[in-house]
Amino acid sequence: MDRHHVSSDLATSVAEIVSDMKHLEGPLLPILHAVQHAFGHVPNEAVPMIATGLNLSRAEVHGVVTFYHDYRSLPAGRHVLKLCRAEACQAMGGDRLGDRAKNRLGIDFHQTTADGAVTLEPVFCLGLCSTAPAAMLDGAVHGRLDTEGLDTLLAEVGA
Amino acid sequence: MLLVPETDFGTPASRAEKLVTLTIDGREITVPEGTSIMRASMEAGIQVPKLCATDMVDAFGSCRLCLIEIDGRNGTPASCTTPVVPGLVVHTQTARLKDIRKGVMELYISDHPLDCLTCAANGDCELQDMAGAVGLRDVRYGYDGDNHVKARDGDGTNARWMPKDESNPYFTYDPSKCIVCSRCVRACEEVQGTFALTIEGRGFDSRVSPGQHEDFLSSECVSCGACVQACPTATLTEKSVIAIGQPEHSVVTTCAYCGVGCSFKAEMRGEELVRMVPWKDGQANRGHSCVKGRFAYGYSTHKERILNPMIREKVTDPWREVSWEEALAHTAAEFRRIQYQYGRESIGGITSSRCTNEETYLVQKLIRAGFRNNNVDTCARVCHSPTGYGLGQAFGTSAGTQNFDSVEQTDVVIVIGANPTDGHPVFGSRLKKRLRQGAKLIVIDPRRIDLVRSPHVEAAFHLPLRPGTNVAVVTALAHVIVTEGLCDENFIRTRCDWSEFEDWAGFVSEERHSPEATEALTGVPADALRGAARLFATGGNGSIYYGLGVTEHSQGSTTVMAIANLAMATGNIGRPGVGVNPLRGQNNVQGSCDMGSFPHELPGYRHVSDDATRDIFEKLWGVTISDEPGLRIPNMLDAAVDGSFKGLYIQGEDILQSDPDTKHVAAGLAAMECVVVQDLFLNETANYAHVFLPGSTFLEKDGTFTNAERRINRVRKVMTPRNGYADWEVTQNLARAMGLSWTYTHPSQIMDEIAATTPSFAKVSYAYLEEKGSVQWPCNEAAPEGSPIMHVDGFVRGKGKFIRTEYVATDEKTGPRFPLLLTTGRILSQYNVGAQTRRTENVVWHEEDRLEIHPHDAELRGIRDGDWVRLASRSGDTTLRALITDRVATGVVYTTFHHPTTQANVITTDFSDWATNCPEYKVTAVQISPSNGPSEWQAEYEDQARQSRRIAAKLEAAE
Repeated sequence: MDRHHVSSDLATSVAEIVSDMKHLEGPLLPILHAVQHAFGHVPNEAVPMIATGLNLSRAEVHGVVTFYHDYRSLPAGRHVLKLCRAEACQAMGGDRLGDRAKNRLGIDFHQTTADGAVTLEPVFCLGLCSTAPAAMLDGAVHGRLDTEGLDTLLAEVGA
Repeated sequence: MLLVPETDFGTPASRAEKLVTLTIDGREITVPEGTSIMRASMEAGIQVPKLCATDMVDAFGSCRLCLIEIDGRNGTPASCTTPVVPGLVVHTQTARLKDIRKGVMELYISDHPLDCLTCAANGDCELQDMAGAVGLRDVRYGYDGDNHVKARDGDGTNARWMPKDESNPYFTYDPSKCIVCSRCVRACEEVQGTFALTIEGRGFDSRVSPGQHEDFLSSECVSCGACVQACPTATLTEKSVIAIGQPEHSVVTTCAYCGVGCSFKAEMRGEELVRMVPWKDGQANRGHSCVKGRFAYGYSTHKERILNPMIREKVTDPWREVSWEEALAHTAAEFRRIQYQYGRESIGGITSSRCTNEETYLVQKLIRAGFRNNNVDTCARVCHSPTGYGLGQAFGTSAGTQNFDSVEQTDVVIVIGANPTDGHPVFGSRLKKRLRQGAKLIVIDPRRIDLVRSPHVEAAFHLPLRPGTNVAVVTALAHVIVTEGLCDENFIRTRCDWSEFEDWAGFVSEERHSPEATEALTGVPADALRGAARLFATGGNGSIYYGLGVTEHSQGSTTVMAIANLAMATGNIGRPGVGVNPLRGQNNVQGSCDMGSFPHELPGYRHVSDDATRDIFEKLWGVTISDEPGLRIPNMLDAAVDGSFKGLYIQGEDILQSDPDTKHVAAGLAAMECVVVQDLFLNETANYAHVFLPGSTFLEKDGTFTNAERRINRVRKVMTPRNGYADWEVTQNLARAMGLSWTYTHPSQIMDEIAATTPSFAKVSYAYLEEKGSVQWPCNEAAPEGSPIMHVDGFVRGKGKFIRTEYVATDEKTGPRFPLLLTTGRILSQYNVGAQTRRTENVVWHEEDRLEIHPHDAELRGIRDGDWVRLASRSGDTTLRALITDRVATGVVYTTFHHPTTQANVITTDFSDWATNCPEYKVTAVQISPSNGPSEWQAEYEDQARQSRRIAAKLEAAE
């Protein structure tokens, strides 16, 4: 029953989002953003609803959702830590920070800790090459990270 | 023999008239503006290496293999996406280009299996060809590391590897061989218009995904095979190619399913059919196909196909296999005995809309010259006879006015009583392509067919009329056009009879024909109807496409005339992009009508009472031909029940399943003394037959089919008839057994006889068809190239005739006992009575007929999705399973009629078109109630059918 409740809730919200935004020019990306904002991810069940609303095929919407790494098909942890893996950050020790984060959290990139606290993600790139290595925690950027700086960020999220 | 060569120009042709001259590799070439450099090169005979380009889809520019250098320009642009410019100097092969191409190929091959020798595409692989073309000798990156190729990587499983998807019965998807060129995705979108495929992910993660990362069968894929045809590797491959190997020769022939008449290359290895590939030069299909034409040919070798003639004394006896001589001698003796005993008019025959023109011509000739009566009819009786009558009255010819290419220039389309994406899929795809380019669509149909709204296509108006009110709706459209002054007066004054127009205009202008006045009757909102009428009259080139939802009504002929009126009033006749287009159901239903299959008409639609026409045939055949029209199918059955009609020769039609009021058909057949069925299978009619003559498939004979656009297409024999004879030979042998001295040795001689006797075919011959590919009749001295568009300078009958179309409600009415209206239709994967498609893998998409019912009507009756329901009308009842959907309106239910166990025609009534007796299949008042399973009639029928299909010799052999 509970599950049924959730999915009818999803249907109503997605239908509202689609009908509010379908008149925009190029409405698919804004709609996907809004759905992700509302649910923390773009649920697979939302894809057919969006497709029908915009008169696209499911495949087309699926293609767009999977093209952008920022759209998730599963909910993220309470905090999202993104470590920049692009050239400048790698040159400034980004790889070491990555390994350290993985070890401390006990997860690999693209994974979420068992307690649902943190999701760790690679990113290419944050545009902060002059202050490499860089990271982004819940939308806030941090530059010139070293082991200590990373540990502080991890401590903030309870790891 | 060799494979029929087809050149892939890489990008589609440009339609521009302005020409551009440029130099490619030192050769000067002139091509239409908008042509890509790749295509221009190919036309100059220079093949630029390519992988992601093919001329069935637009250029994409992703493979980076077709790069070129242009004098005075920087870089190495892709030749597929770079258009020609006057004076350009292009180089397709330079040191720099060679290096780049080799490098690109190295990357491709570093993530591709190296199992070429055992690969299904071996011998037909563009990747292999390109590796050869660029001189790839080494892959510096090696084959280790990240890849999509190996199921296991080191110790663990390779997460990137995906297993083969073999869910589709006809082709496989092997992701390990995919080079992500997107050709399949683009073919699905641009050619087929289904949008079932996408590329999911990005970069190295990219892969082809049906639907949302599911298998092909669970996705929206309609199995048209365009993706398989587009694939340059073995990623998408026909299972038949995997099983057999590559073909060694091919023959161009014509599909034997619907009236679109697609041209195919039958690709053969010896006498084994490897695969059917739509032919790019086929002018009806332009290189596209549907699941039936491309894949559903397995029935020709199905184990249930009957290969030996059989006879029996009584229909309750088991069949006895006999020699051809005995079967034909027996038939001839029986027919002669019956005529001696009951009179010359006591026998007749039915021609087939599935057989060739030549075969149909011979059957009617046998009846007219051998039986010496006009008791010949054809299954067009039950489908498009109102088209013949209605268009004959209005324009002077009994056929559609356009070619299929015409749709590319239309601006507003009315689709009425037709479901092209299911019934005429290749035309449906061509229509959708035009709609995506911006043409507007008006759908007039009780059911929300796919065209009303599907990805990238949306009808401007859907008028969901109540079944049986076509005349009222089309007349109301005319009311709006006339009263709002939207007629094309210039066209009408010059091309039509003005006084008849004035009379008609006065009639439709009456207030009782207004959308507001008819809304309560038709169920169509008046403002939507007005909007649709204005759009059609003012939106540019307006075309009307219609199907059996128009003709199979008690007022079928009236609706056809109303459609003709609408086209004339808006000036939409006689040029590309407009016209009245009946979508004919069967491959050769147009041809069977042309060939004199009706009891009142000799070939070329000339009445039997016309002395001059009779004289032509009498002189040639050396007999006198009756000037009295013979019996129509329903009259034959009535006469049989009355005891005056005793013998029937039926070639390739299953009247027991396809004709209305099954019980009446059964009673008529049961009352006859000699029923001869010539077919591939023991069809339902054969349950009542005394003689069975095995038929041949379209793969086993030469001949011609005429499609819905009057196009005469060649059918070419690719294998020996498994039953021993092509159908025309069987008819000829029967004629000989009856004492006629026919000596045809090839169907081309029959066509020569048709051309000699029928003015609209005067210039048609096999040699001419060989030269032209195909022609559209009329094809004679006046129109030597054939006639793609008719009535260009004037109507065939002289002046176009406006005819009053008074709406008269059918006698089949709903009431308290039968409150719902049943209407019927088709589904993509099955074809008509299903005799062929039910004997193919197509059953995975549609294994039974379901009854579509609106949720509201279902709830009232306590019916859940999938429940067995009893469907009852005043004629009878049957059972099937319910499918709850809001595609149908409340008060309307819908089913398909592809499976004999459903017996949908037990339900349909014997009401019919006032002019032509075309049965009213599309309207039956019914009631639905929950049920436990098959009805008594269905059980009895099953039992009778099983008894009737026993074959004595085979029983013994089994014991």
